Amino acid sequence: MENVNLSVKVAGVSFKNPIIAASGTFGFGDEYNELYNVGCLGGISSKGLTLHGKDGNEGIRVWETASGMMNSVGLQNPGVEHFIQEGIAQMRRFGNVLIANMGGHSMDDYITGASMLSNADIDMLELNISCPNVKSGGMAFGIKAEVAREVVKEVRKVCAKPLMVKLSPNAENIVDMALACEEAGADALSLVNTFQAMAIDIHKRKPVFNNVYAGLSGAAIKPIALRMVHSVCKNVKVPVVGMGGIYTAEDVLEFIMAGAQAVQIGTVNFNNPLAGRIILDDLVRLCVKEGIADINEIRGVCL
Amino acid sequence: MQHDNGRCISVDIGKKCAAQLIIFLFSQFDCLDKLFQHKNQIMRYFESKVVSNEQITGDIFVLRVLRNQAEARPGQFYMLKSWDTELTLMRPISIFKAEPEEMWFMYRVVGAGTQRFSELQPGLPIKLLGPCGNGYPYEDLKGKVAVLGGGVGIPPLCETAKTLKNQGVSVDAFLGFKDELFAVEDFKPWCENVYISTETGIEGHKGFVTDLLKPGQYDAVLTCGPEVMMRKVAAMCKEAGTTCYCSLEHRMACGIGACLGCSIRTKNGMKRVCKDGPVFNAEDLLW
Repeated sequence: MENVNLSVKVAGVSFKNPIIAASGTFGFGDEYNELYNVGCLGGISSKGLTLHGKDGNEGIRVWETASGMMNSVGLQNPGVEHFIQEGIAQMRRFGNVLIANMGGHSMDDYITGASMLSNADIDMLELNISCPNVKSGGMAFGIKAEVAREVVKEVRKVCAKPLMVKLSPNAENIVDMALACEEAGADALSLVNTFQAMAIDIHKRKPVFNNVYAGLSGAAIKPIALRMVHSVCKNVKVPVVGMGGIYTAEDVLEFIMAGAQAVQIGTVNFNNPLAGRIILDDLVRLCVKEGIADINEIRGVCL
Repeated sequence: MQHDNGRCISVDIGKKCAAQLIIFLFSQFDCLDKLFQHKNQIMRYFESKVVSNEQITGDIFVLRVLRNQAEARPGQFYMLKSWDTELTLMRPISIFKAEPEEMWFMYRVVGAGTQRFSELQPGLPIKLLGPCGNGYPYEDLKGKVAVLGGGVGIPPLCETAKTLKNQGVSVDAFLGFKDELFAVEDFKPWCENVYISTETGIEGHKGFVTDLLKPGQYDAVLTCGPEVMMRKVAAMCKEAGTTCYCSLEHRMACGIGACLGCSIRTKNGMKRVCKDGPVFNAEDLLW
């Protein structure tokens, strides 16, 4: 097979290929590593951390939809301290880029958590300002650009590591949101998180989820996610990592042509547990077929 | 365990043809996973082929597929799919029987996924992820054990009864149905006694299977079925001082413990039904 260069850079961090496992879908890598060597992926974004650990939501947490699914897990995680003590060493075994994803309930939580992680052995901090599942915090931060600006500004002060802000598609205006985060000091942006959605159990005559609303992901959201990535890439200068319904190598190319430096894959892992490795192998073949010698040469051709 | 977030096919093959079919199908076997050399690696994602898919009664089917050689424990399950991305998620279905060359699943058609399984024909591809979960702690059991199942909770208890019998444990089966029976004959080779109940009274005891259980007669009770039934079993066992193991079910996405979609609260913190379960000691549960 001809050599295709898949290595990319995001905010100064080198990835051997543009495939990153999305936060919340991959744990800290151990489970999928029983099925294939997850170190082959460019990077892994950890399960979303919060300063103090959380148990997550009660009731049903996942629900299949047409061409996708909804989730309301509620940020169940062991807490930043536990991650620093154990999670980092766990993830370092894979030898790829270690992205710590962190959300918060309050400004203090964001600042404290970010400064702890900044002093730890992580390659990037992915700032979750967009989780729509937690009742207090998270969602509020990712809807209004001015609120997001404040969080990013404060986190920037304490975070010496490359800071990638993960945007919510539920933002009032995704471009304004992106610009605000960029202005506040983000080194990169990742988008999109899940779309706020709902399902009702008609037999019980109640919403499926205890929290009523839940996050929609999967193939159904891809065209919208792609539009948002494109729209943001047209307006910001910082690197953008694209995600939302990516299932195939073709999808990966679409997002890169729309301007993304790299991509994340989430829901597809549940449909096909080997998706990460398969998409990577397919990407090489696809680039050969499309006459792409270096993935970086097609970035933003549609901008 | 069975969860479905979605014709009567009966294959009548003589023994000689069956052997030829199996040899042929086995040669088509395709492993998509990487080769692990160490012994404790037991989970795989692989493509297999349907050997047969038979309607048993009403909406109950038995699916037989070629297995790989990973060891499976009674009470474990596989995530199955017979589609590509038409449905997003795989479906968790318990092991009914683990045979030398085949894995058997008995499932009820309750939604889009199981509807697709019901349409499977011999030779068609099917993908499996597993074996998943912890299974029943059969190694720890001795003496006299009761397996008590309700409806589609019954199939996983069959492989469990067989494993216990092979270990020298005396097993009684308590099988509860709404109306129509299924799987009863499959329990008979492994059980001293098989007790039946139907809600309609069409066969056996009219009422609930828990009416028949005397937990004090057993060293342990293993149960699987509707939660309301298992709660009753757990309460009865607690009163009698008998160990009780329950196999839970839950909506799942990844099936392997990564996504935390199936977490439940227990006395020992949050546990994943797909990975830390589906079998739990009733004492751990907040019932």
